[in-house]
Amino acid sequence: MDTITQTLEQAYLSRYNDNAELINASCGATMNSHREAAREKFEALGIPTKALEDFLYTDMQPFFNHDYHIDFKRTPEKTDLYQVFKCDVPNLNSHLVFTVNGWFYEKNLLKQGLPEGVIIESLAEASKNHPELFEKYYNQQAKESEDGTVHLNTLLAQDGLFIYVPKNVVVEQPIQIINILNSQDELMSNQRGLFIIEENAQAKVLVCDHTETHNHYVSNHVREIFAAESAVFDYYLIENQHNRVKQIISTFIDQEAKSNVLGNIITLHNGVTRNNSYVKLSGEHAEAHLYGMALTDKDQHIDNFSFIDHAVKNCTSTELFKYVLDDNSVGAFRGRILVREGATKTMAYQTNRNILMTNDAKMYTKPQLEIYNDDVKCSHGATTGQIDEDALFYLRARGISESEARILLMFAFCDDVLENIRLESLRERIKELVEKRFRGELSKCAGCAICN
Amino acid sequence: MLKIKDLHANIDGKEILKGINLEVKPGEIHAIMGPNGSGKSTLASVLAGSEAFEVTHGEIVFNGQDMEDMAPEERSREGLFLSFQYPVEIPGVSMVNFMRTAVNEHRKHQGKEALSASDFLRLMREKKELVELDSRLANRSVNEGFSGGEKKKNEIFQMAMLEPKLSILDETDSGLDIDALRIVANGVNKLKSPENATIVITHYQRLLDYIVPDYVHILYKGKIVRTGGKELAMELEAKGYDWIKKEVEA
Repeated sequence: MDTITQTLEQAYLSRYNDNAELINASCGATMNSHREAAREKFEALGIPTKALEDFLYTDMQPFFNHDYHIDFKRTPEKTDLYQVFKCDVPNLNSHLVFTVNGWFYEKNLLKQGLPEGVIIESLAEASKNHPELFEKYYNQQAKESEDGTVHLNTLLAQDGLFIYVPKNVVVEQPIQIINILNSQDELMSNQRGLFIIEENAQAKVLVCDHTETHNHYVSNHVREIFAAESAVFDYYLIENQHNRVKQIISTFIDQEAKSNVLGNIITLHNGVTRNNSYVKLSGEHAEAHLYGMALTDKDQHIDNFSFIDHAVKNCTSTELFKYVLDDNSVGAFRGRILVREGATKTMAYQTNRNILMTNDAKMYTKPQLEIYNDDVKCSHGATTGQIDEDALFYLRARGISESEARILLMFAFCDDVLENIRLESLRERIKELVEKRFRGELSKCAGCAICN
Repeated sequence: MLKIKDLHANIDGKEILKGINLEVKPGEIHAIMGPNGSGKSTLASVLAGSEAFEVTHGEIVFNGQDMEDMAPEERSREGLFLSFQYPVEIPGVSMVNFMRTAVNEHRKHQGKEALSASDFLRLMREKKELVELDSRLANRSVNEGFSGGEKKKNEIFQMAMLEPKLSILDETDSGLDIDALRIVANGVNKLKSPENATIVITHYQRLLDYIVPDYVHILYKGKIVRTGGKELAMELEAKGYDWIKKEVEA
């Protein structure tokens, strides 16, 4: 028998070819119109390996090197997710929506009280219902990416979430998205998101990534966010999965003048994760705040990559990432900041601090600032160390056990990342969740303090 | 209450304590004085259970228990308290959370239930007044941004919260102006009872005007070279340490 060796990339391309009809059938014409170019880009770029500078610490090939099942057709979700995930956050009445294996949950009930004109719906449906918005925004940021996995998503994406907040509208309650991976098969999900926050509009999104079953999963998720002039947008990603999940989340953010976007990526439990955050400050006086923390143990691997592009003058960006790495876990942070020639009066600050709890944990950190004009204020700093022994002794000398003292100190270390959550009720709940994680009391979704 | 017998301790292989003998009984105040580098703070750290030092010989018995294998937290729960010479700043850990955790660990050790939130806050308020600790400080992170005087007051506040049997005040007077010194000393005196004891470690006689010792010990080169009453402190103040050094060397 002849064996045909094909590359990983070819394998995915043939998956597309074999299912193109099904894939295209579920989406609007604009979404489908980007697939051909995405195929070419994916073929040309391939799946990144460590040979590429931006992927120095995480080889993406093993993410995909597995015969995953892909749900090209939505599998109906039998359980009532609203019964499973009863949100008990006090004072946090959220607009709760679910996705299952990348698909918009068919029984999503959006609470009454969503302001007029706000759209939260299935991306597939939206691509048919709002062709004008898709023409203008869909894939506009992602198409320029140098990362082949982004184009693989564009090629295969069928659904996900669409959010639209019209001009001058403020969505007071956070929009909570629970992404669930739930399959009897070893599954690949290619979820896509498109969030458009129009001029002077405001919204907050809380994304919780969960797994229901202990299979191997790969989630290759691409999300594009557009914040128009004076828009204010927050997104909080809470990743709480298991050790067999491989996840890539590429988030693209385009910010117009005077917009203010805050991102906070909290990784509580994962297998292997690569978070890519691309922020383009396209209009003057825009502000981007990107925060993140990761708590890892065992053989977990977390790599946060960020690229902040100061394309115009008078913009501000701050970045703060903190990691606590236990056992044999590995962390990586790479923060690229580009200040273009005309981007005078730029303020860009980047900090990455890490604690290694064992001799076997590893942290790779690399700040990278490229500055092409003189009239800027930029700083970066990275430190990796251990728990402060003097502080540990001080706490113990007051009767606090060593394990409790370590928890207090680790929690304190992450405090400034958590303090940046701009909604008090959410901040308190996420703090509880983080504390539970430190105490080892956090199981998967069921133990989530946000919904249980 | 505390018996120290022929205690030797090293740091990084260098012997700092070279045979300390000391006995402290309930109700007593002992002052330990001595020039820089004589081992005063080492003695305090070793008593509190610091792992930076290695006890090579001798024993420490506290309330009938050999402390050799006791962790710092166990010593604290048994009623030993060290007021740090340099209190540590711990950003992100609130005073309230820190003290609630500590008090409840002590209560658990004593077989008592944890304090309710309201009882705990009442206790905090009461003890804060005792040492005239600014209320705002209690809402901040542990020692973060506190002035030198505030840090020392905060130590005495923690002592008031934990009600130890034996308190070791390591250079609690250093860095204090005269008003702060008086407040701190008043706090210590108010907490004094016939059941508890205090060891005051200091360079100067000044603090002993406020906290009057029953015994004064002079520590020099890792040994107690002389013990006397409070008049010994006066003598030191008048003559300086050279006098003792000469006597010991001779």
